[in-house]
Amino acid sequence: MATEKMQKHETQTAITMKKQSQLKEIWRRYKKNRLAMIGLISMLVLIVLVLAADLIEPYEVCITMNLREKLLPPSAEHLFGTDGYGRDILARCLHGGRVSLFIGFTCSIVSMFFGAIFGMIAGYYGDPLDNIIMRIMDVLSAIPNILLALAIVAALGSSIFNLIMALTISHIPGFARVVRSSVLGITGQEYIEAARAGGTGDARILRKHILPNALGPLIVQTTMSVSSMILAAASMSFLGLGVNPPQPEWGSIISEAREFLRTNPTMILFPGICIILASLSMNLIGDGLRDALDPRLKS
Amino acid sequence: MSVPLLETRDLKKYFKVADGELHAVDGVNITIEQGKTLGVVGESGCGKSTLGRAILRLIEPSGGDVLFEGKSIIGLGKKEMREMRKKMQIIFQDPYSSINPRMSVAEIIAEYMIVNKVYPTKQEIWNQTARLMDTVGLASRLAGAYPHELDGGRRQRIGIARALSLGPKFIVCDEPVSALDVSIQAQILNLLMDLQDEFGLTYMFITHDLSVVRHISSEIAVMYLGQCVERAPTDQLFENPQHPYTQALLAAIPEPDVEMRNKEIKVIRGEVTSPVNPKPGCRFAARCEYATEACSGADPALRDLGGGHFCACTLEHVKAAQS
Repeated sequence: MATEKMQKHETQTAITMKKQSQLKEIWRRYKKNRLAMIGLISMLVLIVLVLAADLIEPYEVCITMNLREKLLPPSAEHLFGTDGYGRDILARCLHGGRVSLFIGFTCSIVSMFFGAIFGMIAGYYGDPLDNIIMRIMDVLSAIPNILLALAIVAALGSSIFNLIMALTISHIPGFARVVRSSVLGITGQEYIEAARAGGTGDARILRKHILPNALGPLIVQTTMSVSSMILAAASMSFLGLGVNPPQPEWGSIISEAREFLRTNPTMILFPGICIILASLSMNLIGDGLRDALDPRLKS
Repeated sequence: MSVPLLETRDLKKYFKVADGELHAVDGVNITIEQGKTLGVVGESGCGKSTLGRAILRLIEPSGGDVLFEGKSIIGLGKKEMREMRKKMQIIFQDPYSSINPRMSVAEIIAEYMIVNKVYPTKQEIWNQTARLMDTVGLASRLAGAYPHELDGGRRQRIGIARALSLGPKFIVCDEPVSALDVSIQAQILNLLMDLQDEFGLTYMFITHDLSVVRHISSEIAVMYLGQCVERAPTDQLFENPQHPYTQALLAAIPEPDVEMRNKEIKVIRGEVTSPVNPKPGCRFAARCEYATEACSGADPALRDLGGGHFCACTLEHVKAAQS
């Protein structure tokens, strides 16, 4: 009995240790990629800055108009200058980043969730479910993403919630397709047949055997889509269909700066840099993750 | 005679393909006695693996019946089949694709026990896992290792431990050694035979390697294009093959004899005929040098030649030789 207990203890500690070391292994591979590390650090800095926005500049600063200080160039007092209403652009960029990054991450995660479910069902159960789901996805993806999102927002009214919903729906087909193709490959593997031979039910097969093996491409697709979501949200706000003024958002700041493009080009510069920085970082992170998650590239 | 552990009656599996029906398994009758090993041999694509999977209902048979301990398993519902699966297991050919790369060795072996809730506590499952690893010769330090860290032989041991985990009576071994190095093949074969003695297992051993099958089987069934053409106890089959296909198959075994260099090996001419919509009659007739008109028209029945030797051939050549 005592030895059995010891054995069990050994087995279990061995398993947890190994799990950790697999994560460590991924992190070790990720660290090696210098560009990916730059992306990760700049993304973390952005997130910290945006979360600490209230400490740097209170929210009121970025919505209170001060027409005497309008259209100022960058200076010590207003690092990024001020906009047409005399609002500090730094404060607007910080508070706007909250909205932009929130939309980017939420949309990606929600559409990953639904895309993964549809993709797994389609790939695992095959026809006729596969045909039905994928044809619906085809219809959705036949309409350009922005156009579809525009239509949804136009129909439901512009608010952050509707914007998130619109962007999510328009991005689900991409996820579903990625997941379906990897699930198709995995379902043909013998270990799925082995699981069935042991009496494993479909739900457990999907959760324990298929999902973990389809996760790599899915995580990469998700990080990549964060940047495209940020861009899409910015474009929607630029078109006036995103957040409602005076609430700032990177896209809407650019949109407002448009009329001063000739006289005050710096106004458009800073929110633009924010968008570029955020999406570039996410793309670099995605690239790095893709390489780090692929065990064949072990080095 | 007692009831055989496993019996198939006219088992069929047809696959729908673009230009008709592919007869992968076409009316196979086999019986396996408790504690024995039936070797199933045949060339690639003759339906060996499909037969094994159809018996376990991993592929639903198109017709015929599978009797396990005298009871049909074809009509069983999901729950009853789940119980049945504890008694009949499978070991796969490819140790690289048959185990989940994202699970550790212990998790893979414990999976069936967790799914079937055979033990009330996690602790007992881990204990049993450790015991199984010991039984198949896996060091306990490998419990937390992942499959990609192990070689083919160790991976195949994982597959064997998993198949044993529910205490089965019957195991389909689907070419379990054909993907391994020769030295490891011997290890795994010995392990399988030891386990058979220890647990009183019954095997259906699918392979295309005749030396392996001779080593491990007590009886051999030869398949050609989805049909069982000859079935006999191992020694009987090797010494006195009746079916022209079996004869050709055995003649193709290379013999380590210098004299043989100058002799030409008798090779079967032609190619395997298509398994899609086959015409009735002996499937081998197109390639058989003894074929007569009697060979086409209807499938030759599996004839009892006495002593447990069955052969599905008109045996015109034997008659001709005798007269």
